[in-house]
Amino acid sequence: MSALSRRERARRIRELLEREGAAVRENTQTFNARRYAALDELDDLEALRAEARRIKEAAIEDLPSLVAALEASVEANGGRVHHAADAAEARAIVADLLADHGAETVVKSKSMTTEEIDLNEALEADGTAVWETDLGEFVIQLADEAPSHITGPAIHRSRASIAELFAETFDLEAVPETADELTEIARTFLGERIREADAAITGANFLAARTGTVALVTSEGNARKCVATTPVHVAVAGVEKVVPTVDDLEAFVQLLARSATGQAQSAYLSLFTPPLSAPAVDFDRADEPIAAGSTERAFHLVLLDNGRFDLRDDEQLRETLYCIRCSACANSCANFQHVGGHAFGGETYSGGIAAGWETGVHGLESAGTFNDLCTGCTRCAPNCPVKIDIPWINTVVRDRLHREGDDGRFDSLVDGLTPGDATVPRDARLFARIDRALSLASALAPASNWLAGTRPVRALLERAVGVDARRPLPTVTDDPFSGWADRRRTSTEASDVVLYPDVYTEYLAPARGRAALRTLEALGLEVAVPPAPESGRAPLSQGLIDRARERAEAAEAALRPHLEAGRPVVVIEPSDLAMFRREYARLLPPGRASRVAAGTFDPFEFVEAHLGERPPDAVGLPDGTGRRAVYHPHCQGRTLGLAEPTAAVLERCGYEVTVTSAECCGMAGSFGYTVDHYDLSVAVGRSLVEEVEAHDPAVVLASGTSCLEQLEHLGASRPRHPVHLLDPADRGRLPGDGAGRGRL
Amino acid sequence: MNARVRRFLDELDDLGVDATTTSVDAFAVALRDRLERPAVGVPIDVPGCTLADLPVETAPTPADLAAAATGVTPAAIGVAATGSVLLADDGGLTEAVSLYPRRHVVVVPASAIVAGIADGIDRLAAVAETAGTSGVLATGPSATADMGDLVVGAHGPAAVDVLVVADR
Repeated sequence: MSALSRRERARRIRELLEREGAAVRENTQTFNARRYAALDELDDLEALRAEARRIKEAAIEDLPSLVAALEASVEANGGRVHHAADAAEARAIVADLLADHGAETVVKSKSMTTEEIDLNEALEADGTAVWETDLGEFVIQLADEAPSHITGPAIHRSRASIAELFAETFDLEAVPETADELTEIARTFLGERIREADAAITGANFLAARTGTVALVTSEGNARKCVATTPVHVAVAGVEKVVPTVDDLEAFVQLLARSATGQAQSAYLSLFTPPLSAPAVDFDRADEPIAAGSTERAFHLVLLDNGRFDLRDDEQLRETLYCIRCSACANSCANFQHVGGHAFGGETYSGGIAAGWETGVHGLESAGTFNDLCTGCTRCAPNCPVKIDIPWINTVVRDRLHREGDDGRFDSLVDGLTPGDATVPRDARLFARIDRALSLASALAPASNWLAGTRPVRALLERAVGVDARRPLPTVTDDPFSGWADRRRTSTEASDVVLYPDVYTEYLAPARGRAALRTLEALGLEVAVPPAPESGRAPLSQGLIDRARERAEAAEAALRPHLEAGRPVVVIEPSDLAMFRREYARLLPPGRASRVAAGTFDPFEFVEAHLGERPPDAVGLPDGTGRRAVYHPHCQGRTLGLAEPTAAVLERCGYEVTVTSAECCGMAGSFGYTVDHYDLSVAVGRSLVEEVEAHDPAVVLASGTSCLEQLEHLGASRPRHPVHLLDPADRGRLPGDGAGRGRL
Repeated sequence: MNARVRRFLDELDDLGVDATTTSVDAFAVALRDRLERPAVGVPIDVPGCTLADLPVETAPTPADLAAAATGVTPAAIGVAATGSVLLADDGGLTEAVSLYPRRHVVVVPASAIVAGIADGIDRLAAVAETAGTSGVLATGPSATADMGDLVVGAHGPAAVDVLVVADR
């Protein structure tokens, strides 16, 4: 990827934001809100997720024997199973089957798997008429577009744009106005196609091995109608869809529709055990009664490998195969919500899990076209019904992309600062060594801040490492937090609690470190601020797993004496806390990882636990009675469940607290700085600012360094870290600390 | 009316499905009131209930199906907690009759209403264990959100009407 192609990418994202952003945002945010509400109704959500996960883990483990059992059942029922090693083989099999049955017209229900193998194009090239009957798929078939979403393929189109498309396609005199009219036009047209069709092609949501049953979860009735009407049913499914029995479906049925569209259930849950004995409906003999046994039905199941068995052998990406394609990872992704799957997707699949699918079925290169849009915010992780660690899959894919070779971005400037593999792009190396860059800038502050703000330097930064000149650089303090703590004579050894000097608090936001320290002291605790290295978050978010592991080793070693002594470690920066709690399990031996995870706390978690039943004023915490606060939890903090204790403590202090619904601020560390991501970052950030401003007047709070940078850049009023509200020395003013704007 | 039937009717109401109860004796009258003609149907297997004397074509041609305004089918069970009905097809025209007409009238014996969705899925699974059969757990009318707004009535029925027969 050259600097030029990076600009082309930026332009393409801008175009998509402009053309499709509004419709995508409205649809995905509606799905997202409804999903939360629908899952909230389940008493046993976590048990269902665990059960769904368990079934998928076992099924993928047993896949070869399940596939054999499925084949035996289908064939015993009178159907046929065809194994396709790759897309070309699958296309050829389906084309041959249709030819054998003399099928000239086929009707399809929605199937991402047939999108994956580009089936329609191949069949049409053979002279077969192929009609997509799912209304969303029909729209994109008419428009000759790719799906932008795995469950709502046409959500990037507004009603008005669909109306124009129909008016043009069907040569209508008046452009239809309502969704009802559009549906009626499509139903009438596609109803005729179904009646004249010779065969039906469907996908499968699940396949039950023991009985040879195909499960389809639908709402329009098109799949049922296609199968009921035509005498030939061809189901195309990835091998990963197999589960042992129909009894295994219950957990998935409870989760799938809720996770997809936020409905308690889809209108239709169909289980077919074909070939069906119900007679087909032959409109060539329209006036003869449809008699039982009047038609010979045929059923073919095309089982597609296309990289799936290799994915199964891939220790890091295997859990991709557990995906039930609900799209919750897309709908809960702030970037996806704003730009949609035409940017945030590969050849076929889109959204967070697509990194795994595209790597598996089309190759790393396809995943590389969009993997950079995953910021690692982790909001998809708790929303995945089968508990796939989608952020980790994206990190692994990014790491592999780096290893595949130098993509040629940006030369020369950062070499001295960030020595390392020549295959890793220099911007990634710069952001991966943010601790070193900030430490250097701090030593040279305030001159470095002045210099970094000058136009020639901004132009150079943009050209050399892709830092967008429109994005303000943070002000680096000349008085790092740990220096202040040293002067205050805090202990570095024995103490009640340790405050981890994360790199952002250290160099960019020392004021929040001071506030946190004074708060802990007000609770009567002795606080130590020992030297400790960066957590490894910075290299991990650039997809540099080995380097992140080295950092994790070092940080864990530095914290170990305190953890072994049972001293709680308070971590202000949520991205570092998430590193300790989530990602260290991937990077360190289990015992060491779990000790870090168990011993690290967000300031508010710690304060809440320490308070116990005592009223906040009893321990000297300030009174916020009558004040309103709107609080945006850092994305990774929200995933850790930090929103609740923060809001709870502030509420106990008297504040009236609203927690934002925006999944992420769009800044995501380095993401919002880069030329190819600035516009998307700002689009995401504007949604958050709109939401925050709707609560005005209120104190604007955010817990991440970059969330605050984004909020300030986009004009939110005096955003602050919530810990300032607990600081006994805070008087509601901006905490000036002599370090530039000192806003954090 | 027992609590389970009442819950079933309430859930159907929430789904926008017309639902009412009737007795075996009043079945024919109640059903006739719910028909828009022409109507096609699948024989009802509730003792004492028949479509025989009603204007419902139970041996339809494809043309009849396409022209029908109402399709009448039995349901094997109803699910009280969700308002779902199980349409089991073991060789007849239940699928086609429940999908082609704009209006689907479903006849559910009160004795076949189960409590929760898990019971419904169990019964559906039992249907699917038999080769050559299909079953669908249908909840409300067919619907789509693909045209820029929620539309009730996509490829399947726009209106579903449930008739619960107090069969004992």
